[in-house]
Amino acid sequence: MEKRDYTIIAETGIHARPATILVQTASKFTSDITLTYNGKSVNLKSIMGVMSLGVGQNAEVTISAEGDDEKDAIAAIDETMKKEGLAD
Amino acid sequence: MSHTLNGIAAGGGVTIAPVYVMGASSLTAPAKAANDEDHEAKRLHDSFSLTRKDLVKIGQQVEEEFGHPIATVQTLITIIDDSNIRQLAQDMLIENRWTAEWTVEQLVSQLKKLSTVAVSSPFWNNAVNDLGQRMLSHLLHKPIPDAANLDHRAVVIAHSISPTQIVRFDRQLVAAIVTDLGGATSHFSLLTEELAIPGVVATHEVTKYAHDDMVAIVDGIHGKVILQPSPQEIDDYQKMAAQYARGNNLLGKLKHEETRSADGQRIRVSANISLPDEISTVADSGAEGIGLFRTEFMVMKDAQLASEERQFQAYKKAVTAMPDQLIVVRTLDIGNDKLVDNLEVDNYQLNPALGMRGIRLGLAHEELLRPQLRALLRASAYGKVAIMFPMVTTVAEFRKARDIVDQEIDHLKQQGYDLADDIQVGMMVETPAAVTMADQLAQYADFFSIGSNDLVQYLFATDRTNDDTKSLYQPLHPAMLRSIFRVIRQAHTEGKWVSLCGEMAALHVAEPLLLAMGLDEFSVPADHVLSLRHLISGLSARQLQPVLHKALSLQNASEVEQLIKKTLPDLYQEK
Repeated sequence: MEKRDYTIIAETGIHARPATILVQTASKFTSDITLTYNGKSVNLKSIMGVMSLGVGQNAEVTISAEGDDEKDAIAAIDETMKKEGLAD
Repeated sequence: MSHTLNGIAAGGGVTIAPVYVMGASSLTAPAKAANDEDHEAKRLHDSFSLTRKDLVKIGQQVEEEFGHPIATVQTLITIIDDSNIRQLAQDMLIENRWTAEWTVEQLVSQLKKLSTVAVSSPFWNNAVNDLGQRMLSHLLHKPIPDAANLDHRAVVIAHSISPTQIVRFDRQLVAAIVTDLGGATSHFSLLTEELAIPGVVATHEVTKYAHDDMVAIVDGIHGKVILQPSPQEIDDYQKMAAQYARGNNLLGKLKHEETRSADGQRIRVSANISLPDEISTVADSGAEGIGLFRTEFMVMKDAQLASEERQFQAYKKAVTAMPDQLIVVRTLDIGNDKLVDNLEVDNYQLNPALGMRGIRLGLAHEELLRPQLRALLRASAYGKVAIMFPMVTTVAEFRKARDIVDQEIDHLKQQGYDLADDIQVGMMVETPAAVTMADQLAQYADFFSIGSNDLVQYLFATDRTNDDTKSLYQPLHPAMLRSIFRVIRQAHTEGKWVSLCGEMAALHVAEPLLLAMGLDEFSVPADHVLSLRHLISGLSARQLQPVLHKALSLQNASEVEQLIKKTLPDLYQEK
C-alpha cells in the first residue's frame, strides 16, 4: 500500500472543481484509492464520497492506494494536489 | 414584423445573432408515488444515460471550439459516472416507491447537502441543479430554461443577470446581452463594456417579446435592440458595424504616441479591467496602463475567495503583459452592489452602501486583505504595480491600511521575496469626507483616483439604481465639478497625481472640463481609449480655463452641458 499525508492549503478546501479533477485522476487507475479525513475514509473515485467529507482549509488528510498501479496512482494524485493548489 | 426596443447602452459595439432567452423559472416534478417501480427505475436509468450523452456532446463541442474542457461539464460527467450516486438514486426510488422525476428532485437536494460549511460551494450547487434540470428535461420532455446549455453563438436575453453569472458565461458564445432591468452604472454594464460584448440594459420588456426562434440586432452604442429585423434593417446594421470597425482603424495610428493635449500637457489614458483575461484586449486598445483593476470578480470567481498563490499568478499575468505601464489594482471592494454568495462576512446590512464595504471590510477582516496585498507585492517584482484602497473616508483608515502594506513588505522581504521598491499606494476618493480632507489625505497617499460613480451617489445622497431618485445622479453638476477640482488642486499641492476612473471619465461632455482641471489620468473602458486620446490631442487645457471657471459658477448640470456643447460645437454634433 502507498500512502501520503497532506495539509490542505487552498482557502476553499477540496470543493467541487478540484474534487472533480481528483476523482478523474483516481479513476484512471485500477488500485483501490481512499481519502481519509477525520477518521472517515471514502473512495476517491466517487465525487459523492469526496464531497461528503467536507474537507476545508487546514484539514489533515491521507490518500492511500492499494493495487497493481498504486505507486503510479499516488504519484499522479500528488501531482494533481499540487497543480490544483490543494497542498504544497 | 420587426420590433424595436430602447434601453440603456452598455457598450461593446453592434452585433446580430439568434436569440437565446434565459428563463427565470425551472423544471419541477410533483411528489408522486410510482405505479410501476420497475418502469420508473428504467426511466431513471435512461435519464442518466441520455443526460450523460448530452454532456459528452457539449463537452466535445466546447473542446473543439476552445481547445480545453470546461469545469462544469467535467463535474457533471463525474457526478453521473459516480456509481454510488446512481445506486443512491435507485435505492431511493425503490424504497420510497417514487417516480423517476421525484427521485431526481430528491437526489438533487441530497447532493446539495454535501456542500458543507467547510467547502461551501455555489459551483457544486449550480452543477447539481444543472444535472437535475437536464435529467428532468428528458423525463418530462421539456427544454431547459437556463443559459448553461447554450451551445451556439447567441444574444442572451434575460430579465436580469448578476455579475457572478456573467463571469460564468462562455464569452465565445455570448454575442450580446440584453436585459429588462439594470442601469447605466450597474456593474453588469461595466462588465459588458469591458468584455466588449454588446449590451443593452433597462429595456423593461424585452423578455415579453423575445423568443428563441428569433434573430436580434443589438446596438450597444445607441442602446437599441431590434427583434426580427427586416432585410433593410439588417443591411443598415451591417453598414454601421463596418463604420464602427473603420473608425477604430483610423484611430489605430494614435496608439504609438504618448497622449498630449494640444497645448502639450502629458495626460495618461488608461483602461479599466475586471478580469486578468482582459489584459490582452487592453494591451491592443492603445491604453497607457491600467487605471483601475477591479479585483472583485477575479478574487471572488464562483463566489470563492482565490488563494494568495492564485491571485499572485493572476496579477503576475496582468503585470507581465504590460510591463512598462502602471497597473493600478484596487483591493477587494465588496459589500455594496457587487454581490457575492456565501461569503462569511456577507451579513445582512440595512443600508449596504453606507455599511461594511471597501476598506472598512478589509480592515475589519484582514484575512481578506492581507493575502491580496501579499499577492500584489509579490507581483510587483514583474512590472509596475500600484495598490489602491477603495472607500476610504478618514486619514486614520488610510494610514492603517498603509501600515498593513508596510508590514507585509517586511514579512515578504524576510521570507526572501524580491519586491519592487517604489510601489505606490493610493486611494479612491468616493466620499464627501475624503473630498473635504483631500489636503490631509494627500500627505499620506501617493495618488488619488476619483470614483465618480460612487462620489455622485454620496454627494447627492441618491441611489443610482433607484428609478425615482436617479434624476439626481448628475456627474456634470457644479457640486461634482467643484469637488473634483478641489481634489485635483489639493493633490497637486502635495505633488501627487490624480486619476478619475468612473463612468464620468468616458462622458464626452465631461472630458474637456476634466482636462482643464488638470486631471493626470483618465481611466476608461478599453473600447473608449482611442477616441478619448483623439479628443484630448485636439483640446488645449489652457484655452479651456475660461470655460472651466464659467462651468464652476453655474447652478445646475444642464447649464453645464449646454455651455460645453455651445463652446465646443465641433465635438458634439449629432452624428
